[in-house]
Amino acid sequence: MILDIKGLAFNYPGRSVLQDINFRVEKGDFLAILGTNGVGKTTMLKCINRILKPCEGVVLVENEDVYKLSRIDLAKRIGYVSQRQETPCYTVFDAVLLGRKPYIKWDVSDQDIEITNQVMELLELTDYSLRYLDELSGGELQKVVIARALAQEPDVLLFDEPTSSLDLKNQFEVLKLINKVVKSKQVAAIVTMHDLNLAVRFAEKFLMLKDGAIFAAGGLEVITPANVESVYSIPVSVEQFGGVPVVLPI
Amino acid sequence: MKKDYAAYTTRKKLIILLLMAATLAVALYAIARGSMNFSISEVVLALIGQGDPTSHAVVRNIRLPRVLAGILAGAGLSVAGCVMQNNLRNPLASPFTLGLSHAAAFGATFAIVVLGVGTIQNSSTDAVIINNPYLVTTSAFIWVMVATVTILILAKFRGVSPEAMVLAGIALGSLFTAGTTIIQYFTPDVQVAATIFWTFGDLGRASWKEVWIMAAVVVLVLIYFLFKRWDYNALDSGEETAKGLGVNVERVRMAGMFTAALTVAVLTSFLGIIGFVGLVGPHMMRRIIGGDHRFLIPASALCGSLLLLASDTVARTIVSPVVLPVGAITSFMGAPLFLYLLTRGYQKR
Repeated sequence: MILDIKGLAFNYPGRSVLQDINFRVEKGDFLAILGTNGVGKTTMLKCINRILKPCEGVVLVENEDVYKLSRIDLAKRIGYVSQRQETPCYTVFDAVLLGRKPYIKWDVSDQDIEITNQVMELLELTDYSLRYLDELSGGELQKVVIARALAQEPDVLLFDEPTSSLDLKNQFEVLKLINKVVKSKQVAAIVTMHDLNLAVRFAEKFLMLKDGAIFAAGGLEVITPANVESVYSIPVSVEQFGGVPVVLPI
Repeated sequence: MKKDYAAYTTRKKLIILLLMAATLAVALYAIARGSMNFSISEVVLALIGQGDPTSHAVVRNIRLPRVLAGILAGAGLSVAGCVMQNNLRNPLASPFTLGLSHAAAFGATFAIVVLGVGTIQNSSTDAVIINNPYLVTTSAFIWVMVATVTILILAKFRGVSPEAMVLAGIALGSLFTAGTTIIQYFTPDVQVAATIFWTFGDLGRASWKEVWIMAAVVVLVLIYFLFKRWDYNALDSGEETAKGLGVNVERVRMAGMFTAALTVAVLTSFLGIIGFVGLVGPHMMRRIIGGDHRFLIPASALCGSLLLLASDTVARTIVSPVVLPVGAITSFMGAPLFLYLLTRGYQKR
């Protein structure tokens, strides 16, 4: 077990966002977090990565308490890709190299450069190496920030809606890539998603949030018309289409 | 690919070397030119302790401290602006917008008028002479630190955001200006002249003692900022991403802002207010060398040195023997160059 979350709760002043969140993630897991806007998906990711401090609960990564690790040690274990990306005037190579930040003392080592090059090859970014971030398309930029998180060599990757602003082709490419990384490097990925059909196609585990609590958790079997309707208040039918489950609003 | 990247970084290093060479050249020229002109060889001889006693005295006791003050103050102000802009994630951040310059002016006015340091004398070279410059320096320093600590306390304990810190700085600047105006209103003309004269900023106020203090501060601060260059790079990608990369954003910001403000406090209290360098030095370099703080920090420092030193040389020599206020010349020379760079946009390769 790589990540263990026990009794996590988070409040904004006067408003409870998350209550009693418990789940575990294993190596090689691709977990999709589902739920409506504002249900607390992003808040949960931020609590796991200590960007926000929860009011209750424990997050263990490889049996170590996230809230007792130093920021640098945490960054070596958990990589985080936020929903919105800034595009400062940096080259792709420098942006990916920045993923080595937790390991850099005074200057980058040969190993840092080596790992950066490997990650860029894995994500097929080598040709873009000297392009500037603001010259990239949305899909390319998304790959760069994923590459940066991979360069951290973390055990757990957190992605906040990595596909929300991408076209169909890039949505598939990015999720395939996350899948490939999870399987080849035996890390865990937790991905918040809105598109149920993309989720059922790429993820194996699902966590459905409703009213700040876990409504359902498990494998494909939890994606039932009843569960989806409870969470999204939209009646749906789940059909099999060429061996792939498809969620259709009725 | 590796070769391309090496070429890309080499180009940036070359720009830094070029800036160094230009600063050195302007420094030699600045030492040579003045009411007494020397040749470059005479300057070099005087610098290494040879040559005739007159050139020796002028070069080592008058011109060299002034030139060094220009290099140090330019570097310090520019690099402080660079870090403030990064830490607050705001391109307008500078000693001016954060109210630090206004606080210094208030501190000086307070010392000259209220503490009665400003018994004014007329002399042939300067319009006004302040009797006890140390008290003025100390007062200016204290008030800049008051402004700094106020902003940082608001940020630390009231959770004020970086944008609000800039606004708080503008509010404080306004408050200090109001204080200065009120004091000046009840003050005789000559003393008002002294307070205004102080705000002009003058590299000639630095003797060797001040130069050593400024050198110690600026060198230590530069090393500290360079040490933090990866944190600043991470901050450029956004606060949350920086946190995800292991940067303790709040701590880095507090320490960076405090260090930058301390530098400004030391330089401003010794030399008076020198505007513009802290704002445009880093912006010019962002457009020429890019946003990577590995290169931006040394380049900003050198750009500031070059800008201030060139301005001071022009200020001293253009209508010699009158010395124009260096702050005004900095803007005169810097603004058109900056406007040109703004319209040209970012040069990326």
